[in-house]
Amino acid sequence: MSEFKGVWVFSEMQDLMLEMLRKAREIADKRQSEVAAVLVGFNVQGRADELIRHGADKVYLVDNQMLERFGLESYLSVLHNLVVSYKPEIVMVGSTRNGKALAARLATRLDVGVAPDCNGLNLDEQGRLIGERITYGGNAIARIAFKVKPCIVTVPSRVFEKPEPKERDGQLVRLDVKVEGSKVEVVDVKPLEMSSVRLEDADVIVSCGRGLEKKEDKVLLEELANVLGGVVGNTRPLAEDRKWFTEWVGLSGHKVKPKLYIACGISGVIQHVAGIRDAKVIVAVNKDENAPIFEVADYGVVGNLYEILPALKEALKKQLQ
Amino acid sequence: MKRIIVCLKQAVDVSQLKVDPATRQLLVAGAPKKMSDFDKNALEEAIRIKEKFGGSVEIFTVTVTAEDVKAILREALAMGADKAYVVNDVSFKNIDTFGTAYVLAGAIKKIGGFDLILCGETSLDSFSGLVGARLAELLGLPQVGYVRKLSVEGEVVVAERMLENAVETVKVKLPAVVSVTREINQPRIPSLMMIMKASKKEIVSWVVADLGLQAEKFTAKIDVVEVLAPKTERKKIKITGESVQEIAEKLAKALIQEGIVGRR
Repeated sequence: MSEFKGVWVFSEMQDLMLEMLRKAREIADKRQSEVAAVLVGFNVQGRADELIRHGADKVYLVDNQMLERFGLESYLSVLHNLVVSYKPEIVMVGSTRNGKALAARLATRLDVGVAPDCNGLNLDEQGRLIGERITYGGNAIARIAFKVKPCIVTVPSRVFEKPEPKERDGQLVRLDVKVEGSKVEVVDVKPLEMSSVRLEDADVIVSCGRGLEKKEDKVLLEELANVLGGVVGNTRPLAEDRKWFTEWVGLSGHKVKPKLYIACGISGVIQHVAGIRDAKVIVAVNKDENAPIFEVADYGVVGNLYEILPALKEALKKQLQ
Repeated sequence: MKRIIVCLKQAVDVSQLKVDPATRQLLVAGAPKKMSDFDKNALEEAIRIKEKFGGSVEIFTVTVTAEDVKAILREALAMGADKAYVVNDVSFKNIDTFGTAYVLAGAIKKIGGFDLILCGETSLDSFSGLVGARLAELLGLPQVGYVRKLSVEGEVVVAERMLENAVETVKVKLPAVVSVTREINQPRIPSLMMIMKASKKEIVSWVVADLGLQAEKFTAKIDVVEVLAPKTERKKIKITGESVQEIAEKLAKALIQEGIVGRR
């Protein structure tokens, strides 16, 4: 028998922790093992019940003023200490930018591997944990097994849906762990200017690429998005080269899974496509009939977005009445 | 600021990858390779820091590889690096992020005397985004990731980093590891003069034995069971019509029939 046991979840973001609990519960049940959530912060005890209701058998709580905000070294010292003491078999870390650095350093400190950004986690016939991740710029899915334990994976938000909460018993284990100070001093935090709905949470995204000629023209997309109850997205070149947006949809930006993704004037480079792979329905509108986006779309319209979008908006309004 | 070390990887040019449609295998062997885009931004940033300091700064690049990478090292030297180090060993073929960081750390320790290590946020091909943080851990240094703006002020680096919902400005004492995003700069294209000058610059080649590393450390901790192109099961229905209105009406109807529009 392996000395490693249990499935752990950790994220500095509570919502992401709840999402991971769904998968952790599923794996632990197959393994006849337990699920523990690691709750780290200051005055965060109130979140423990929610974690238990969402599937945690145990909550390891480390509550310390030094942990009030995320600091790489301080959070790492806590997580490392806990993993060494309790030896979980699987550690799921929320794949935020800070979470990924944390997982990388934790794994290095433990001499183990990491499967980053897993959008699939399953046990194979031999009972091995297999993490699935997008690689080669979206051209491939890699399936990763682990040679040493604990298996550390990182999981992006919205990959798994939050489980339905229910009343269940769980144990709160309060721990007093020595916390290292952080070497990186945060001098300023500014919230990112964003649309009111996070792209990851949107059911409908009307997205534009280089086919959009002027920044002001995104009003066309906004109008269509309003009719559909959605938000506007964009590609990396519009953010990076033209600076019209601060974020983008794609492998290096937001990976989204809306019910409907309308790609307007987007050629469909593989990195962008990788970010929309989980969309239920993809519509492509593009002047170039050879644009690769048509290969990954459910519905394709060869045409000018400046004509198609207003017409689609009117048609939807009419038919939805 | 005396010395900046930039970690460079030769990556498969993923935009030119082809897939065997029958087996869904990637045809990686024949695919062209290039300097990983994000690493190029890291190198460009190092050159800009050097220019700001009036040229007293040395820029060394370090590459861990199982293949011939001379072309990208020449390119890096032409852009403005002063010297390139490469640790080349066939046993690195299946190296993972742990091994890469371990060998990089060994080489960087041997080079020594650095103030700042710059990496790309991730690599173009494997896209793991772990090596910078792993390297920092092995070297016992602080690390700042996802940096889109960087300035060196005395012994301190001030960095603006992009998080999911916020932009954070942080300060960290040197030496440190900083990983940059592609927004940080526009990498330069070397002039013919720079390319010619670069041919005189030194490329130092090391093998594992030169670094005194333990082989079991860089054997992979993970096992890549398979790498396959994803199945695309999209409908690929082209909507056509006599007029824009007709097309729009057909599309609207299709979306309503899909049940994704009009049901809240």
